Amino acid sequence: MPDGALPVLDVQNLKTVFQTRSGEVHAVNDVSFSLRPGELLGVVGESGSGKSVTMMSLLGLLPTPPADVRGGTVMFDDKDLLNVDSKTLRDVRGGKIGFVFQDPMTSLNPVYTVGMQIMEPLRKHMGMNKKQAAARAQELLELVGIPDAKRRLSDYPHQFSGGMRQRVMIAIALACDPQVLIADEPTTALDVTIQAQILELMKELRTKLGMAVIWITHDLGVIAGIADRVMVMYGGQVVEHATVEDLFTDPQHPYTRALLKTIPTIAGERAARLTVIEGQPPIMKDAPASCAFRDRCDVAFDRCAVENPPRYDLGAGHDAACFYDARTGAPRDA
Amino acid sequence: MLDTEQKPLVSVRDLKMHFPIHAGLLRRRVGEVKAVDGISFDVIEGETLGLVGESGCGKSTCGRAVLRLYDITSGEIMIDGDEIGATSQAQLRTKRPTMQMVFQDPQASLNPRMTVEAIIKEPLDEHTKLSEAEKREKVGELMDAVGLNRQFAKRYPQAFSGGQRQRIGIARALALNPKFIVCDEPIAALDVSIQAQVVNLLEDLQEQFGLTYLFISHDLSMVRHIATRVAVMYLGKIVELAPREALYAEPLHPYTKALLSAVPEPDPSLAKTSERVVLQGDVPSPANPPKGCNFCTRCPSVMDICKTTEPTYFEVQPGRFTACHLYENNNDTAE
Repeated sequence: MPDGALPVLDVQNLKTVFQTRSGEVHAVNDVSFSLRPGELLGVVGESGSGKSVTMMSLLGLLPTPPADVRGGTVMFDDKDLLNVDSKTLRDVRGGKIGFVFQDPMTSLNPVYTVGMQIMEPLRKHMGMNKKQAAARAQELLELVGIPDAKRRLSDYPHQFSGGMRQRVMIAIALACDPQVLIADEPTTALDVTIQAQILELMKELRTKLGMAVIWITHDLGVIAGIADRVMVMYGGQVVEHATVEDLFTDPQHPYTRALLKTIPTIAGERAARLTVIEGQPPIMKDAPASCAFRDRCDVAFDRCAVENPPRYDLGAGHDAACFYDARTGAPRDA
Repeated sequence: MLDTEQKPLVSVRDLKMHFPIHAGLLRRRVGEVKAVDGISFDVIEGETLGLVGESGCGKSTCGRAVLRLYDITSGEIMIDGDEIGATSQAQLRTKRPTMQMVFQDPQASLNPRMTVEAIIKEPLDEHTKLSEAEKREKVGELMDAVGLNRQFAKRYPQAFSGGQRQRIGIARALALNPKFIVCDEPIAALDVSIQAQVVNLLEDLQEQFGLTYLFISHDLSMVRHIATRVAVMYLGKIVELAPREALYAEPLHPYTKALLSAVPEPDPSLAKTSERVVLQGDVPSPANPPKGCNFCTRCPSVMDICKTTEPTYFEVQPGRFTACHLYENNNDTAE
């Protein structure tokens, strides 16, 4: 990890395995990353790459069994979140670490008013009385840009549109002034014009509140506009990690390079034909003993089949898990 | 459509698809959702017409209505020389082979109890008199064409990944040698790296079989890649229709402008500098659209006339259509 301020969240060698009827699935393999105060870390990957499971593992949100967090440390607030009692963990979740989920339609409880759902964490974590909590809830709704906030507190989720519901979710996540906000595909279920509204809101809130954010998405366009640093995941592993500028101008992992080539854009040159990444993303039946991307990789060679590449430090906070050195165009030294 | 010598394969005029809203104890009809409210367009033979818009704008309804999967409220639909707007469903059966559909969700549109072979063979059973052996051979050819291994013909859909399932859906649509295929969000449910595979396949098949597509999508960058011309829908109406290059380079309608500027660009340097038009508010309900122009509640360049009079849909420049009061004066002077 590059130096800088002390990280607010430091994850080392996280491993999560699911027990399924057809054997184990290694969803998260040795994932390490840290989050500095006030920064926005983007996590990119396709479905099944382990990005959501990583975040859920570190907050103990996965049902065990079938999930099994096998190892690693998650340092937050001088505590290892993987080794604390459930009460401490409950205090952290929704308190110092806020969570926004992908689907605003299903993550709000339809039988409670929006006001009650925003007040719940305030009363649980901050010990506010009803009156204080109601006042704060109104403030929060105003903060996320919901007009007529006071009246809307007594509305139910179905009375809000998708974009508005996502704003409510963000208000709930922000209720207790979190140090870290984890947003799991918060705009994926929304239309582009509504997504643009939420992205603007997020940028504004970050400058206002100064919290650190982990933003999970599969959309590289969203990442380009909002992130400071980016972590690319594939097969439950971090394959590349860099500042957002470096990642887009100087991608080092073949998967990142292929991913950037495969997406069409609305400006710039229009490719006559899309570049394709052949094959399918892997299902990790075993802990990786070889490179998970090698079957789809255009620069794979024999070493990739017998050894899993570690994350090579490339300087300036950039690292990539690949035996092939794209800068020299040759394999790295063994 | 204008003076092009290319002939339209599909010609839609003033298509309306309204769904009734029933309420109360007696389920009285209290109103209607105007999902598609008077749209006209042509799809020229061999081209791909992209149909874009946000969820709820009526683009999928439009695609289904054009194939007469609904009994439409009113309008004319001419496909391959036949007027099918008012044809009965029974009579439509004989015309179905020329027009097919690829659905959004490859999970839901394939019967989990049928093998891949049975799924692709079903249209052949229904519409042709081929022998079993001929049908099996045809299924094999179709599987080759969409890049599925023939050996997997006896497997069930759940044994396949999302991208492969979409290939099965495409093979089924191709079985009867159609001319016109409506692709309703065919890549929306797929991962980024798989989307390109399916889009390239659709392009190859278009070339190989001379297909004409109506490509419905909310993904503006993918539509820019695949479409020849693009129609933009908002709240049941087409607000702009133009050749691809023109539409993306110089959008006319304020909604198209806002929509294009909302698409996040995968380029950090561009993303930080470019000015975004962020629309306020949400799309109004199609059961209760605003008076005047449908877009007047969110339009950044709204004028008084927009709140009272509905703009007409007309040809601003050769080949470019829009429905916006901003361009109506230009038209008068031009004529």
